[in-house]
This record gives sequence, C-alpha cells and structure tokens, in this order.
Amino acid sequence: MENRWCAETSSPEETEQLGAALALNLQGGDVVGLSGDLGSGKTCLARGICRGLGVEDRVTSPSFLTVNEYRGRLRVFHIDLYRVGRVTDLRTDGYDEMIFGSGVALIEWSEKIAGVLPEDRLDISIEITGRQSRRLIFRPGGARGKDLLSRFTEGWANQ
Amino acid sequence: MLVLGIETSCDETAAGVVRDGSEILSNVVMAQPIHARYGGVVPELASRCHIRLVLPAIDEALREAGTTLDRIDGVAVTERPGLVGALLVGVSVAKALGYARGIPFVGVDHLLAHVVANFLIDPPAEVPFVCLLVSGGHTELFLVSSRVDMRSLGGTLDDAAGEAFDKVAKMLGLGYPGGPELEKLAREGNPAGVDFPPPLPRGLDFSFSGIKTSVRYYIERLGRKPTLEERRDIAASFQRVVVESLADKLLRAADETRSTAIALAGGVAANTALRETVRKRAERYGLRVSIPPTILCTDNAAIVAAAGTERLARGERDGLEMDARARSERAKGQTRGRS
Repeated sequence: MENRWCAETSSPEETEQLGAALALNLQGGDVVGLSGDLGSGKTCLARGICRGLGVEDRVTSPSFLTVNEYRGRLRVFHIDLYRVGRVTDLRTDGYDEMIFGSGVALIEWSEKIAGVLPEDRLDISIEITGRQSRRLIFRPGGARGKDLLSRFTEGWANQ
Repeated sequence: MLVLGIETSCDETAAGVVRDGSEILSNVVMAQPIHARYGGVVPELASRCHIRLVLPAIDEALREAGTTLDRIDGVAVTERPGLVGALLVGVSVAKALGYARGIPFVGVDHLLAHVVANFLIDPPAEVPFVCLLVSGGHTELFLVSSRVDMRSLGGTLDDAAGEAFDKVAKMLGLGYPGGPELEKLAREGNPAGVDFPPPLPRGLDFSFSGIKTSVRYYIERLGRKPTLEERRDIAASFQRVVVESLADKLLRAADETRSTAIALAGGVAANTALRETVRKRAERYGLRVSIPPTILCTDNAAIVAAAGTERLARGERDGLEMDARARSERAKGQTRGRS
C-alpha cells in the first residue's frame, strides 16, 4: 500500500487548524509541497502552517513571482509557482536558498517542479469535496518526509 | 539630473532615461513573448532573454533620450521583488556601470516605483494622496506624503486583484497572461448577468479569494462548458465585483484620511473598467484623481529611474554588495505603518 495519510476538513478554519498542527512538527530545512485546484485552499493551509510556526504577520497569497518570507519559530519561505511555466534548475533560478536552506519552504503548485525538488519532503494535495469541505492527502518522500508525517499523525491521533 | 532606470524583474526587459525625476526622455520596454509558449514565465529563459536584451535596451534608451552614458548622473535598478535570476541581470549591469564608469547606482523597490508613476504625469500628482497599487502580486492602499514616504493603509487578506483576474481567466479558458484577455471578454458581457457575492473584508482591507471560488462553483453548477455569451457575462460580472470593491476601498481610504486626491498604480490600473469607475467616483465626490497612462502602469524602467532619483540626488548610493531579492520588504508582514 502506498504510504499516505488522508484527512477531511469541513471548513477553511479546519484546514487552517490542520496546518497549524502540522507546523508543530516542522524543523529547519523541511520542504512542504502543496497542490490542488484553484480555490482548493492551498494558501489557507499555508496560513495555518505559518500560524503554527508562530508567524504573526498577515499571510497572503505569494502568487506570481514574489516569494513571501516570514519569521516565526523558524524562517518560512512561502512560494507560489502558479504563473511559472517551467523550472529547470533551482539553483540558477534563484530558489536554492529557500528550498535547500535552513528555513521551511512551503511551495504551492509544487507538482510543477517535483522533478527537481529534494526527495525528503512532504507533499499535500487538496481535493474539493464540497463547497466548504476538503480532502487532504499527505504523501511523504524520503526518510525525513516519513518521519515528519508519522510524528504529525501520532500527535493528531492523541488530540 | 539624468537618471538611467533598468528593470528586469520578470519577463520584460526595460530601460529608460528620466530628467530630474519628472521628465521622461525615453522609456524602452522589450517583451519576451517566448513564455506564452509554456503557459507561464520560465525563470531560466527570462534570465537568458534579459542578458540578451538588456544592453540593446539601454543603448536604445540612451539614443532615444539623445544622450550618452557620459552624461548619465546615476543609475536606478529594480533590486526587488521578482525572479532572482532575472533581477540579477539588471543589478549586475548597474554594478558594472558603477564599477567601470564610476556612475553612482541605487537599488529600487519595484512596488514603490509603481506608485512614483503618479509623479511622472502631467500634471504630476500633488502630495498627499491616497494611492491604490493594484497588480498581479499586490493590492494595497498607501497614503503618499512624499516621493519616499508612503504608509500602508490596508491590503489584501489573500489574493491580489490581478491574481484573481488571471485565475478566473484561466477558468474561462483564456490564455496567459489572462487579465487583459478577461477584460476584452468582459466588454461584450452583461456586468449584472451573474450575481457574484461581493467581498466583505473590514476596514481598508481587500479579499479576492472568495470571488475566485464563486466563479469556479458557478461554472461547475452549469454542468457543462459555458457558452461564449455565458463566458462574457461571467467575465463582466466578475470584473464588476472586483472593480467596485477596489474603488469602494480607495474612496473610503480617502475619506478616512481626509485626503482630497486619489491615484492608481500597477498593472491592473491599466484595466479600463477600473480607470473609468475611479474617475467617475472621484468626480462625484469632488476629489482630484491621478491615473498614469497604461505604459506607466505596466512594468517599465522610467518609473524605476524616477523612484531612484531622490536618493541619488541626496548623494546616496549602493555598493557592489547590493543583491537581488525575491521578496519585497513590504511582503514581510505587509509592513503596516512603515514606508
């Protein structure tokens, strides 16, 4: 069976809470990929993760070519690749500091660059199941991805 | 004082010469149409195109201005925000000019440059005024009290207005970049055709994530591909809700700060419906209004030159350690209340 974990949320607030809970387990260097259709709630989940990391600033969509950087318990780089056509090399494209650095990288539309992302990461895809409800599917990659997901799901189960 | 501006933050290579921060002598913008083939900007291609185009753009800007590098008193270059690889091209050229020719240079924040467009028109905007900066990446209200002193009054809680335009354009099957295409489609549609709920954030903040989702559900509920007529109505109705929201908040900001002048800036300020609505409202409430021509709303280097002039005139300069940055200083928590 594929190693994955699913969660259902019934409102944007719940999606945000799930992100905040996940954030408690994040450490420097972690990469979280977020995918899902327009309006599925990627930014909402990212906002929750930032909250959980103690970010007090307003978390808005970083869309287009800007990256939003926040400081909480860790540095957070919130990246959105929606308008990016293709990424061939993270280093020459200027993303290396954010993705291979000591901060946490939250990458919306990460499937666009899956081929060049580090294997150690956690991918979360969001499916729209109703007007407010969403299904979140967590897929870990590498040892760190698996460790992160198992710590998170244990904590979630003990809630 | 003659300042050469250089802009390479995204997918347009631009150079321009501005005298005394107010008179545009040249404003050259070279597009990179290659990205449309990929449905979005390809960062590495953008960097390569900038390398190829930046010196010809500068040569052309100098020639059009009837001047030469020897007579340039300073260089202003966009250093943030944008694609790092792309920004680096402009930044490196500015440094090279500084090193080889001894021309002082300063880095400029692209967002502030957009606001400065209002000082480049005739007559120039008189401070203080409230400016709505609205683009693909930003939707923010500023109280502008001088060229270098602007305070954020409010901004988007989620998506930028231009981003909502682009994403709805995609839902309607329009190509990249979607904003201008959506505007064209909307022209033939009925703005009251679909009753999308208006966003209701408090105070001087904006929210465009909800309307984007409403459009999505509306199309899904149809259960089929919308007809051309339906697509026109969706585009027109969506645009009406966004434009009304932008204009409402701009007017409200003027009221709350007791300003007698308002202004627009940024790529979405090229949208005709927004320009007309803001002009009409300003007239109705007896406010002075400043709306830069389209060429100064979209990415260009004249605004960069103008934005850097004040610092250069004060004798300030950046050094060779200046770096390109992906992030705007503003994006860090929206830096409320700070310029």
